[in-house]
Amino acid sequence: MKIPTYKTEQLKCWNKAKEIRDNFYKNYANAHENGGLRWAGGAWSFGAIPAGLGNDIFPITGEPYAASIAFDKEFSLRCLEAVERRGYARDLCSYMRNYWGSVILDEYAFGGKFPKPDFMWQDHICCSHAKWYQVASELEGGIPTFCIDVAVGPYKEVTNNRLEYLVNQMHDGIEWLEKTTGRKYDDENLIEAVYNECRSTSLWAEICDLNKAVPAPLDEKSMYSLYVLGTLEKHSKVVADFYQELLDEVKYRVENQIAAVKHERCRLMSDTQPPWGFLKIFRYLEKFGAVSVGSLYTFGLIGVWEDKEDGTWGPRTTPQQKGIKIETRDQALRILADWNLSKPEWQHFYSPHLKSAMMSRIAKEWKLDGVMLHYNRGCEGLSVGIAENRLALIEQGFPVMTFEGNMGDEREFDQAQTTARIDSFMETLGIDIIDEKVAI
Amino acid sequence: MIQVGIDVGAKFIKVVLIKDGKVVVKDQTASGFEGKENVKTLYDQVLQQAGISPDEVDSITSTGSGRKVVDFATKSITDVTAAAKGATSLYPEVHTVIDVGAEEGRSIRCNQDGKIVDFAINEKCAAGAGAFTEAMARALEIPLEKFGELSLNSTKEIPMNAQCAVFAESEVVSLLHAKTPKEDIAKAINDAVASRITSMVRKVGFVKEIALIGGVAYNIGFIKSLEADLKDKIIVPEGPEYVCAYGAALITN
Repeated sequence: MKIPTYKTEQLKCWNKAKEIRDNFYKNYANAHENGGLRWAGGAWSFGAIPAGLGNDIFPITGEPYAASIAFDKEFSLRCLEAVERRGYARDLCSYMRNYWGSVILDEYAFGGKFPKPDFMWQDHICCSHAKWYQVASELEGGIPTFCIDVAVGPYKEVTNNRLEYLVNQMHDGIEWLEKTTGRKYDDENLIEAVYNECRSTSLWAEICDLNKAVPAPLDEKSMYSLYVLGTLEKHSKVVADFYQELLDEVKYRVENQIAAVKHERCRLMSDTQPPWGFLKIFRYLEKFGAVSVGSLYTFGLIGVWEDKEDGTWGPRTTPQQKGIKIETRDQALRILADWNLSKPEWQHFYSPHLKSAMMSRIAKEWKLDGVMLHYNRGCEGLSVGIAENRLALIEQGFPVMTFEGNMGDEREFDQAQTTARIDSFMETLGIDIIDEKVAI
Repeated sequence: MIQVGIDVGAKFIKVVLIKDGKVVVKDQTASGFEGKENVKTLYDQVLQQAGISPDEVDSITSTGSGRKVVDFATKSITDVTAAAKGATSLYPEVHTVIDVGAEEGRSIRCNQDGKIVDFAINEKCAAGAGAFTEAMARALEIPLEKFGELSLNSTKEIPMNAQCAVFAESEVVSLLHAKTPKEDIAKAINDAVASRITSMVRKVGFVKEIALIGGVAYNIGFIKSLEADLKDKIIVPEGPEYVCAYGAALITN
């Protein structure tokens, strides 16, 4: 088999992505210096709503913050052990445990003491979401907390009543925000944030869509550093503008066959959060000329998608692209609720079969040769049903390998065992090592 | 043509030498702490036994968890590929290969051509591997080679934790304190390991015929338990611990 060779180069906007992320954590920590407010909540919380309180409202989203902790194995271990000493079980969500640990130790992953939020703004779809911030609030001496229940079923079954259930909670939430912060709410800010959120999450889907190209312009390891901006502040103009810039660059890469992996000859996808302290396993794939082009997780955690006329999956058309002008608070909230309910990663909380269908679709449309499933012990929400997904993919004819680990608890991941598993999997695909020298 | 396969396992190193398609010599030694040196010593011994000089060897393929220590190998393959190749070459009718060694258990499903379709390996857990049986034999103060035979004297079914070797050992101790006959405990242990392996086999799906390879295949009690769980007969090749080395020898550059 002839080994292909493609041109590769680093993304030009890579450093900008890093800068946006750094600023996000700095802005949160320094918010009080200029009279601003801090809020804490999940990456899926409706961040566009607190944006209505002003331009000096800075969030910290728990999952990406915890992933940053997990990347720092020494700090993560101290966080996890601090939580265990308080009596919390080791099999709880490892993001939640890293986050709590950071609070208990009063250490911020980016230096200094953990900056206490002024309020907590969360939504609830997985089994840990609301509990996470209830406990975090208690650990910090009682922070006002508001949580929106979004578990109304998969998008294809959404009715007006179900949508109304969310929208009503959002209206209540705005009243609560005004009462809790003493600030007057500005609907114009809300409307702008909703536009931004629709733009950024649709753009991210469009970027992922470009990875259907051979060679793939992006590899999943790099995508983790890019999609994360959407998990930090998907409603911000900075993120939406950045994704536009990234989209333009990725289009250029596709047009010029600039690959993420020099010898791409085997296309894979993964699933769920990776073991954050061991992203090197994705580099290990390069030895074989294999690339993970993404996953339902990287594509659909913040990316919002729709069925296109030609039957393919593509970025959801935004209200602004449809010429919809948002004029009222209620209209903005309704659009925000509907938009988020169509998020791919919210669908499979109701049935693993919905996830299997999306994964099979990715496997076909992104021209995959195989799938690597992470049996992630750290996240019940995204891992539940993964064994069913495996069977469905095999039935569709896609070879699947599994490996056990934990996104945020390195004690449950065995690198040597996982790379040995990759070796075996590659052999079953008939692929030898091309380059022993790839450092991991 | 002279082909050598070297399987560097967690506990034993096995070497098989094939000349013109026939196994001429096979031998093994403990992996020990000096794996690299032990591999070379065993390899030299095998060549000596076969009356062959190193220059006459056409290919040396290493496999096993310690395969990377064989720095003189001309090729290196994983245990999964070696096990499938070895078992399906010996028995072309085999489509499911169960390989239970000292520290790993694996199940491999192959198609009609012997190509691997799916495989599963036990995760970070000793409960489905030989080391577990060995530890239990120690706890029962029974020589390992008698363990399987002894269990055949029992007809009892005592449920035991099949998920964790640590908990299972504490159950064994409790059973001993309760004066449970050793043959019943031995059978319970074999049933537990078999149950763990069966779940892995079912995960990849099994298609007849089934072969069991690896050192644990010497445990007749385990074979009976596995056959009962799978409700099927199992083929056990002669020298089951050499099958991976044999498979490796067959795969050349």
